[in-house]
Amino acid sequence: MNAAQSDRADHAGQASAASGRTALERRLAALRGDARPRGLDARALAALAANPGCHRRAVLDAAGVDKGEVAGRLGDRPAFGRSPFAISRGLAFERRVVADGGAVLVGLLARELGLPAPDDPPACPDLLAKEGPAVRTARTREVLGAAAANGPGGGGRDGGGWDGGGWTVLLHPMLRLDVAGSPAYLEPDAIILRPDGGWTVAEIKSFPILDGTADPEKVGAAVRQAAVYVLALRELPALPGGSADGADAARAVGAAADDRAMLVCPRDFGNEPTASLVETRRATAVTRRQLDRMTRIEQLLAELPEHAVLDPGAEPERLAASVDAVPAAYSPECLAACELAFHCRAETRSRGEVALLGRGVRGELGALRTVGEVLSATTGAEARTPDAVPPATRPAAGLSAADTSAAPDTSAAAGGPAAEAAALLARAARLRAEALASMPTRRATDAVPDATGPAPAPTGAPSGDLASADAAAAVRASADAPDAAPARAGSAADPVGTDADADAERSCR
Amino acid sequence: MSLIATLARLQALDAGRAQPAATVLHRHLGDRPMVLIPLAAAGGGPDAPLAAMFGTDREEPRLLTIPQPLDRDARSAFLAELADALLPFLESAADDVEEVPGKEKDPETGEQRETVRELCRDAPQLIVPGPAAVRFLGMIGRATRFRRTEADPDPGPYPAPPRVPLLGRWLTHYRERAEVPGSSLLLPMTQLLSRHWATGQSALEDEHLGALLAWIDPPEGRTGAEAALHAETARDSWGLLLCPPAGPATDPGFDQRALAPAVARYDAAREVGDARAAAARAAEIAELLESRVLRPTWDAVWRGLDLLRTLPPAAHLPERWESDRWSYTAHRDRIRAGEAPQPIRDDAVGAARRLAQRERDQSRLEIQEALDDPLVMAARRLAGEALVGEVTAVEQAWTTGRAPKPRPLVTVRTSDRPHAEPGTRAYRPRPAEPDEAGNPGRDRAQKAEVVAADHAAGEYTLRLLDGMGRRRDPEPGSVPEPGEQVCFTLFELSVRQSAPLPEPEDTPWTHGGPPVPPAAAPEAVPAAPIPAAIPAPAAEPAEEATTR
Repeated sequence: MNAAQSDRADHAGQASAASGRTALERRLAALRGDARPRGLDARALAALAANPGCHRRAVLDAAGVDKGEVAGRLGDRPAFGRSPFAISRGLAFERRVVADGGAVLVGLLARELGLPAPDDPPACPDLLAKEGPAVRTARTREVLGAAAANGPGGGGRDGGGWDGGGWTVLLHPMLRLDVAGSPAYLEPDAIILRPDGGWTVAEIKSFPILDGTADPEKVGAAVRQAAVYVLALRELPALPGGSADGADAARAVGAAADDRAMLVCPRDFGNEPTASLVETRRATAVTRRQLDRMTRIEQLLAELPEHAVLDPGAEPERLAASVDAVPAAYSPECLAACELAFHCRAETRSRGEVALLGRGVRGELGALRTVGEVLSATTGAEARTPDAVPPATRPAAGLSAADTSAAPDTSAAAGGPAAEAAALLARAARLRAEALASMPTRRATDAVPDATGPAPAPTGAPSGDLASADAAAAVRASADAPDAAPARAGSAADPVGTDADADAERSCR
Repeated sequence: MSLIATLARLQALDAGRAQPAATVLHRHLGDRPMVLIPLAAAGGGPDAPLAAMFGTDREEPRLLTIPQPLDRDARSAFLAELADALLPFLESAADDVEEVPGKEKDPETGEQRETVRELCRDAPQLIVPGPAAVRFLGMIGRATRFRRTEADPDPGPYPAPPRVPLLGRWLTHYRERAEVPGSSLLLPMTQLLSRHWATGQSALEDEHLGALLAWIDPPEGRTGAEAALHAETARDSWGLLLCPPAGPATDPGFDQRALAPAVARYDAAREVGDARAAAARAAEIAELLESRVLRPTWDAVWRGLDLLRTLPPAAHLPERWESDRWSYTAHRDRIRAGEAPQPIRDDAVGAARRLAQRERDQSRLEIQEALDDPLVMAARRLAGEALVGEVTAVEQAWTTGRAPKPRPLVTVRTSDRPHAEPGTRAYRPRPAEPDEAGNPGRDRAQKAEVVAADHAAGEYTLRLLDGMGRRRDPEPGSVPEPGEQVCFTLFELSVRQSAPLPEPEDTPWTHGGPPVPPAAAPEAVPAAPIPAAIPAPAAEPAEEATTR
């Protein structure tokens, strides 16, 4: 089958998958409404793999909807985007790197691998970068197939004016990966074929490699992105160039895809490109696992009501209802990764879920999911075990929450670990209240300063000589500036005007 | 996050405003710190500055801007002006010193001898909006401290203005000191505020200075969450944020809508050669940056300082500030001695020393914060590492032997649940009393040992082991009385001094031997020709090949 036929076959689907695929695509198109579809790219895939439990994001990305526009319609537009200066620097650097048909890239890779630098410029077949994704994918597969057919050291061939054997650079190829039933078109910066037959994915980034190291977060994001490309290379569908050999050729290309990707970045403070090989094995395995686990989109779409619409141009109420019908998995990391983060955060806050504070907190609090549950646990358990209980009648509870192997705790029999957690929280609340009671009378957040200044009342402090001794020490330490402090606080308090606008202006300062 | 910290955040979420996370101020705040707000130019590289606003007086900030950040000459001029402005401040405390007696090992005799060392009475403090600004200052330091100036023997093609490398060295020193736990030379405001207040948002969101301040001090009639949302998202009629990001990075929307067109106008005027128009456009850019980005952040940082000063300083702050002053003095001495700038990478010995010192500083910080602040001690009590309770009984006892020493038994009743078993070591902190001269006294912490532990009843019996004087009867006041509130910790109250690392020249062969000074290595290569290869290699390459 040639490229066009294979593409049509893909599109129409094969055997029983045919009607399923198009029905799904029709449903997605219906959800999308009039909006232009946005394809899934590697960054979205990597982000999706990082938060696989978020159905909302999965549905929106599968439907190809612009999440930023949806967020804007719902009233929570985020401040995403790249500075035009950064964009132009990135573009300028990329142009510099891919100049000369990829000779710079090949030189960098040769140096990193310890291979001799090539004398001849590398072959750089045209990949029809201006066409649409389907055409570009087909052309890329054609070139890959030809390379696999030729193998290293092979002779010349027709169709493309390029002979295999030496170095070959594919600039801006396009690969297709099927993600939970919908296609993602991925565009690596470059793929380099080495003389020994292996393929290396190259990613050009504009953050610098400084003294041999770079910002770990950015490197991590780049590695995850490169891993998606390596995964796509590994899992190529059958390549053109003979129907029987198509699958073999794809497997050969996949087997030859190198685990190590090349990151090309500016060196130190200038614009000189330098490269570093990064290991993608772990990221590839993680991405593959996450993609496998991602619930098929059809199941997720079943959660949506019949007349749901995700078109940003629809009415906001309908859009909000449709978006909220799909559950999300919010965590503060979403703020940096997803345009809907403010919307999901507001939703989480209105429900009072502790996930608002982070995944670690949610894990720590276990079965207590909302703020209300936690705070009632502190007061409820408090009532059961007050301080004034004489020692003889103290409940024979475990030593601490960690010591679960203690004597059977009859008081906790009702709840088991949850009751222990509640008891621990109650103790924490009591300890906090006790410590705060020893604080100086003027609280930091009071706008009106106390006339007595920061001196606490040393008498009547119920909490220990430690606290009162420290309070006394604090008085001594601040004894030299009791006059200055109230004056400063006074000046800070004065500008609290009655003008609501001024307050609003100052609130952000 | 500890459970108490999580609980504080949840209480803040419930209450709608931030709750105190500390009862005292745990970092030193001098009288006149300098607030420095750097801005980085996107797309100019990691060290490209765009503007800086700085000053020690909130009414009089100084502003420096670069209209076209990619212009290297403009950047050099900016750095030169910044050096001229910052260096006097950074060197201001260099000459006001006090003499501190110390002991030093005499190299010849090997004995301890008395010496007197200089210690600066105060050290200049820098306050920046957040950790990103700290890293940015480090980048500027890294980019400038190795540059050569006209004064150097070999200036190279692009000599830097005279004091810029010196500024780089100071910035690098401050940036590295900022990594030391408990130091106060270079303080990021968001970290300071987060240390002392627990907001109802996650730690990630706390990095936004405007949102953090909104939680700590929300305006009338608004909850912390509403005010924080306003700070994060409110935009004016031009679509620019009312509360711009404080970090060195500027808002991309601001770059796109306001800054890029202004820079383009400046470039156009320069290209045409119109100097007056270029100057006017440059002034426009400066005004834009000041009013829309720098001024709000400036006000926010000063507001944060006001809030922090409402807290009383912690008792152990002078001790930690003294370490900072030693660090400042040492760097001043290194510069005066004409030493080379800080190397890019530490050598092994330097790295080992630095890590050991950081570990000691971290453990000292944890101990001192627990002693200074009942809230921190509460977290330790919850974790079972300390107990606070009432003394129910005191029983006198003595050691046997020729000179009996007091070893009284103290029984404490507490509602805490420490991990104390008979035999566990415990420590009783006592605040140091200053002597007549007003100097802080010795640390009077007492050691103790758990003798009996009744977890169900919450009663623990401990035996005091020291700190009671030399006589048979304990000194008055050294043993707690029945009815007194007392605190015992299960963690040590003094930093464990590990064995000192050997001097660099004594590094054993197992660790690579004494380090080779870096200056010697590059000179050695061209100075020592390799005799065998040099004679007539071109004439007889074949013979060379066969003999090899």
